Amino acid sequence: MIIELGHHALVLAFLVALLQGTVPLVGAARRDLALMELGRSAALVQLLALAGAFAALTHAYVTSDFSVLNVAENSHSMKPMLYKVTGVWGNHEGSMLLWVLVLAAFGLAVALRGHGLPAVLKARVLAIQGLLGAGFLGFILLTSNPFLRLDPVPADGRDLNPLLQDPGLAFHPPMLYLGYVGFSVAFSFSVAALIEGRVDPAWARWVRPWTLAAWSALTAGIALGSWWAYYELGWGGWWYWDPVENASFMPWLAGTALLHSAIVVEKRDALKSWTILLAIIAFGFSLMGTFLVRSGVLTSVHAFAVDPDRGLYILVLLAVTIGGALALFAFRAPAMAQGSLFRPISREGGLVANNLLLATATATVCVGTLYPLFLDAATGEKVSVGPPFFHATFVPVMLPAVLLAGIGPMLAWKRADLEGVFTRLRFAALVAGAVALLTWLLQHGHHPGPVIGLALAAWLAASTLIEWTGRVGLFRRRGIVARIIGLPRSAHGMTLAHLGLAVFICGAVGDSFWRREVVVDATPGAVAELAGYRVVLEDIRSGNGPNYEAEVVRLRVERDGEAIGELRPERRFYPVQGTRTTEAAIRSRPLGDLYAAVGEGRTPEHRTLRLWHAPLVPWIWAGALMMVTGGLVSLSDRRLRVGAPRRTPGPVTQPAGGD
Amino acid sequence: MKAKHRRLTFVGVGLLLLAGAAGLVLVALEDTVVFFFAPSDLQAQERAPEGRIRIGGLIEQGSLERGGTPIRFRITDLKATVQVSYRGLLPDLIREGQGVVASGLLVDGLLEADEVLAKHDENYMPKEVADALRRAGTWQGGS
Repeated sequence: MIIELGHHALVLAFLVALLQGTVPLVGAARRDLALMELGRSAALVQLLALAGAFAALTHAYVTSDFSVLNVAENSHSMKPMLYKVTGVWGNHEGSMLLWVLVLAAFGLAVALRGHGLPAVLKARVLAIQGLLGAGFLGFILLTSNPFLRLDPVPADGRDLNPLLQDPGLAFHPPMLYLGYVGFSVAFSFSVAALIEGRVDPAWARWVRPWTLAAWSALTAGIALGSWWAYYELGWGGWWYWDPVENASFMPWLAGTALLHSAIVVEKRDALKSWTILLAIIAFGFSLMGTFLVRSGVLTSVHAFAVDPDRGLYILVLLAVTIGGALALFAFRAPAMAQGSLFRPISREGGLVANNLLLATATATVCVGTLYPLFLDAATGEKVSVGPPFFHATFVPVMLPAVLLAGIGPMLAWKRADLEGVFTRLRFAALVAGAVALLTWLLQHGHHPGPVIGLALAAWLAASTLIEWTGRVGLFRRRGIVARIIGLPRSAHGMTLAHLGLAVFICGAVGDSFWRREVVVDATPGAVAELAGYRVVLEDIRSGNGPNYEAEVVRLRVERDGEAIGELRPERRFYPVQGTRTTEAAIRSRPLGDLYAAVGEGRTPEHRTLRLWHAPLVPWIWAGALMMVTGGLVSLSDRRLRVGAPRRTPGPVTQPAGGD
Repeated sequence: MKAKHRRLTFVGVGLLLLAGAAGLVLVALEDTVVFFFAPSDLQAQERAPEGRIRIGGLIEQGSLERGGTPIRFRITDLKATVQVSYRGLLPDLIREGQGVVASGLLVDGLLEADEVLAKHDENYMPKEVADALRRAGTWQGGS
């Protein structure tokens, strides 16, 4: 009964989304306020209907109602409650339902928080959101209905893939979707602006908070996914440049560029067409990510079921949405008022360089990700593009971007005094030089990679701190607290995010260049040595979890002859799916992780023991956390708070105009 | 004119950057692309491929010597086989008679693998493997 209600709610949401996608557009064209107002109520009804549908599916999972095909295929009565709930989006149909739920929530947020927004612009934004919703709801109803019944009802379900039964992964999809779908708001604003034919700083003040929110969520989502891959897959890596990872990384890169270019529109009323284009591209990459991951074009843990209809539908949806938006862009962008011009050596100039570099970096990732697909489609030849490609293309493009991130925030708007900036940056250069020298001397072998990487990270951290201390006047005596509080929160957010990037780079460099690994075939009592650690296999025990049987290997970790800890990697067997998983054990310290995983050995007494020493890996997560926090701090800035902006420019904003 | 010049400078810098990146991409693709072979493809080659390659197929029944280092097994598409040796932990889902993709260097007909991927779950067959088996005419499943 509840399931049928859920299905009906889904159909209702689809119809309401169609209404939301058309009536306000007509209203906006005719300047009919009543028709335009319909968008708001429709957004509310659509969200309520989808929340009802989502609740119905969740209810089926929680009560283990195996008469529902989706539940029977992806759940099991013995599964812990947390994973029963997260299992709702641990499969294709449920995750698409979550997608549209998030989309509707963003739509309602625009409807509710858009007090200062001109009625016509708001009506158009809501209509675009409605059309997007209708497209995806049609996809769900036609190809991926989660509410299909199963007859006869099986005694129990087929369980969720054990790899996905993990707290890190439980919240990876919702965060990622918040990011992907969050870019839909920037997209809708851009398309609405194209229909209207004008963009002004107020528009950018509207777009920026949504982009910032989406970017923060996407950063968190990617970091969670990476963290999960690191500790759950038992391969010890955190980023493989796998197409599925790249699919989430491309919208992130484009979104990062958008975040920066929107500042120029807001402060200087320039770069308008480019910003609109970026918003379309960022959301386009989000849709492409969904297509690549959901269509079964790529084989991965994400490709739940391969169904060509689904791939085709999403591909058509992608083509219509992005193709349509780009066509509109081609028609309308040239007619829009040109923004003001500026000198190359200025804050704007720096942000443009940032955008060029980020866009180029996105393009390299895109080529590396799609090339094998195109080659397969064109010639049937099967190739793969792996980490070496991205190290040779993406990394060199990003190096100057990081260098620039240290200089850019110090440049003044309009016209910057480069000499003055370099004087202030002397100390940062000194720090970077010292770090480079130390790295060169201390590392085994003279590889240039870590020297460049760590020096750049030090440069970025030092110059970011110099910029921040300069702004809060750390070295002036009085009123420092007042100055810290008085500084716009977006400035603190930027500082934190850039510092986070520096910390992240250290982690990535440490792990990429200095990782050590040993593999031994061991019985109890065997010893392995690695990076100054001595690891002794003590014993092998069995232990059981709620829905699995486990074998726990106890390892004693010693350093300088003293026991300093214990690692307990596990091998688990999930009887319902007949699946084995490896649970790695990690001893995490600020300077690095000791990572252990076990596999079957030569004989029943032996175990293959694989140990890594991965320097600075915790810095990767710390850096990501700092970036997310930086985004959220910026979001709490009064000028950027969603809904706060007014058409009248605030005191901090510079008047728009040319130079 | 001045405004136009400035705009042109930005466009020029952008194009230069893109051209540089395109160059990097082309060179990198040349050097780093890893080709996929089924065992019978490999047999059909006149010269052994150089550089990293990926080989996919089924793990031949009775060929898997688990544990020990290196681990050894044979990949087959039921027409030809390739011997593989691998240092490391095999994925949890690896079993004889099931799909696998191994990548590494081919040395005297033996693949020294540094990465072995198996299917992720019970009903999934790596796409390349399914295609390779279909080409070899030894399997007619849907992908």
